[in-house]
Amino acid sequence: MATSTELLYSEEHNLVRKMAYDFTRNEVMPIIAEHDRKHTFPFELLPKMAQLGFLGICLPACYGGAGMDFLSLGIVSEALEYGDSSVRETVAVHLALHALPIFQWGTAEQKETFLPGLASGDHIACFGLTEPGAGSDVAAIQTRAVSEGGDYILTGEKMWITLADVADRFLVFAKTQPDQGGRGISAFILERGWEGLTTGTLEGKMGVRASNTGWINMQDVRVPASHRLGEEGEGFKIAMSCLDNARFGVAAGSVGIIRACIDESVKYALQRRTFGKLIAEHQLVQQMIAQMQQDLDIGELLVWKAGTLKNQGVRNTRETSMAKWFCTEAARRAADNAVQVHGAYGYSDEYNVERHLRNTKSAVIYEGTSQIHTLMQASYTLGIRKDRPLRCPMPAYDPDTWQ
Amino acid sequence: MNIAVLVKQTPDTAELPKVTVAEAQSGELQATMVINPWDEFAVEEAIDLSDRFGCETIAVSMGREGETDALKHALAMGVDSAVHVDERVVDGGDEWATAEALAAAVKKVDTGEEVELVLAGKMSVDGNSSVIYAGVACKLGWDLLVNVTRIVDIVDGKLIAEQVFEGGQETVEVPLPVVISVAKEINEPRYPSFMGIRKASRASIPTLGRDDLEIRPSCTTRWTDLNKPEPEDVQVRIFDGASVEEKVNQLADALMAEKVI
Repeated sequence: MATSTELLYSEEHNLVRKMAYDFTRNEVMPIIAEHDRKHTFPFELLPKMAQLGFLGICLPACYGGAGMDFLSLGIVSEALEYGDSSVRETVAVHLALHALPIFQWGTAEQKETFLPGLASGDHIACFGLTEPGAGSDVAAIQTRAVSEGGDYILTGEKMWITLADVADRFLVFAKTQPDQGGRGISAFILERGWEGLTTGTLEGKMGVRASNTGWINMQDVRVPASHRLGEEGEGFKIAMSCLDNARFGVAAGSVGIIRACIDESVKYALQRRTFGKLIAEHQLVQQMIAQMQQDLDIGELLVWKAGTLKNQGVRNTRETSMAKWFCTEAARRAADNAVQVHGAYGYSDEYNVERHLRNTKSAVIYEGTSQIHTLMQASYTLGIRKDRPLRCPMPAYDPDTWQ
Repeated sequence: MNIAVLVKQTPDTAELPKVTVAEAQSGELQATMVINPWDEFAVEEAIDLSDRFGCETIAVSMGREGETDALKHALAMGVDSAVHVDERVVDGGDEWATAEALAAAVKKVDTGEEVELVLAGKMSVDGNSSVIYAGVACKLGWDLLVNVTRIVDIVDGKLIAEQVFEGGQETVEVPLPVVISVAKEINEPRYPSFMGIRKASRASIPTLGRDDLEIRPSCTTRWTDLNKPEPEDVQVRIFDGASVEEKVNQLADALMAEKVI
């Protein structure tokens, strides 16, 4: 059976795939289970990922990026999450939720100022949208930005922020016009060290324990107007476009989890014997493995479709949402089945599958819950929702100018 | 002085056990094919020597038509160029014939200056013979160093290297040209860079055939049979005990009884 890898991707993509999977197997997998056990962030991976160009993979070379396309971002996301969700999350948040929005919405000066440091990994960045009282209901955020003497004064708190305690750049959203609902939100780039800006780490997570998740507190933080991203009141659109970028990485990463679950389950099923034969010969075990393979094949196609549209510069909110919704649910199913195939051993952290199962629960919640995506897809199909052109669409991938 | 590095395309080690006898006999493997992991050390060393001594590097690989994944990987890592040798030149031949073809290719490649150093991994994960590079040295009439763990210097037409053998290490000096097999201790292979990947994916890799190499290698060894060994029946024993010391003592006794220690 021809694989999607062979059918859909170029030789360049397949070289990226080998490199990224080699990196995951050599650098991530030997250390990540222990970080997960100890709830520690794998700082040692950051310089390695930066040196290879993962942190700026789909930024043009003129901004210090690797100049690769969005499908390459998907491939790297898949490979990293084959090892562990937390490592993929680092790239997703840093690049897709911070650097790419600056590339998409920033002024020429902002791109030249901020992007090189992000692409090189000299600065690590995060994205602050969710608040203690506002998640999916973005318009309900309480953080305020008050204009004062050409600057903005930000006050509020962000919660469940990946890399909050690691990052030194923060893309946060605050209301500049509180009575305007979603239309009153603006986006700001904050820097660690500014007075009034503090961060902390949240403990006790079920999964993605090797990722840093935390809070950002802003007490009268003075932000120069040069650090406002986009127009005043454009924050909601910017936030949603950010999610188009990040959800793609989440979907691709989930494909990596499914592949990991298949690899581990097949290996185990071909070794473990019960009732006088290999468990791979039991039909109900076969059913679980077949389900994983079906989900992998579908997931790969959905990710490729969304990535191809991104490369073409075509609005892809619908397709990316569909890929994220399907792939995260499929990864959760695959991890659940993988634990079941492993039996009692799968329930212990001796095998990776229990970690994948815990990790997959987070991905059906963040970047839009499965329920949000269900409603989005229904709205598209019913003709209720139509995506209007953005003032600053994400540029199409152009190898001649990006490399 | 320029450097040729011999690379082989082999099944991904994770997929080696899946290769069937029929696939091995036909050469049409269903496994994911990658650069032989041992050869990555040779490629890395070639690139490093290129940086140190300003020489050109070329990767050489023999394989079926279109089998260039290993060469592309070497290019993506940073070698300057690559050449593919059509395996039909040896007509299903043995290691000796392969060595003759590769030696002819080393003499044939055009890198501006003469190739005076051939690097190779110490073995391949599939064939596992560890004799190809020795045959290449023999056919070229060059000296051979094996299991090299460090190339100390290249000066005045001589190469100084450290090599390991059972229970020891020695430093040797040989005149160029020379063939060297490298051990994994020699370096840590780099990952391909995105720039290297772009270069590799766009590279046109020439193929050398029988007419190019002007050889008629003879084949003295042929497979008469091919089998996969039966998988060993591995038994697991878990030692119960009230304390770690008690368990360790039981483990030590068992290992001594099995003459493992």
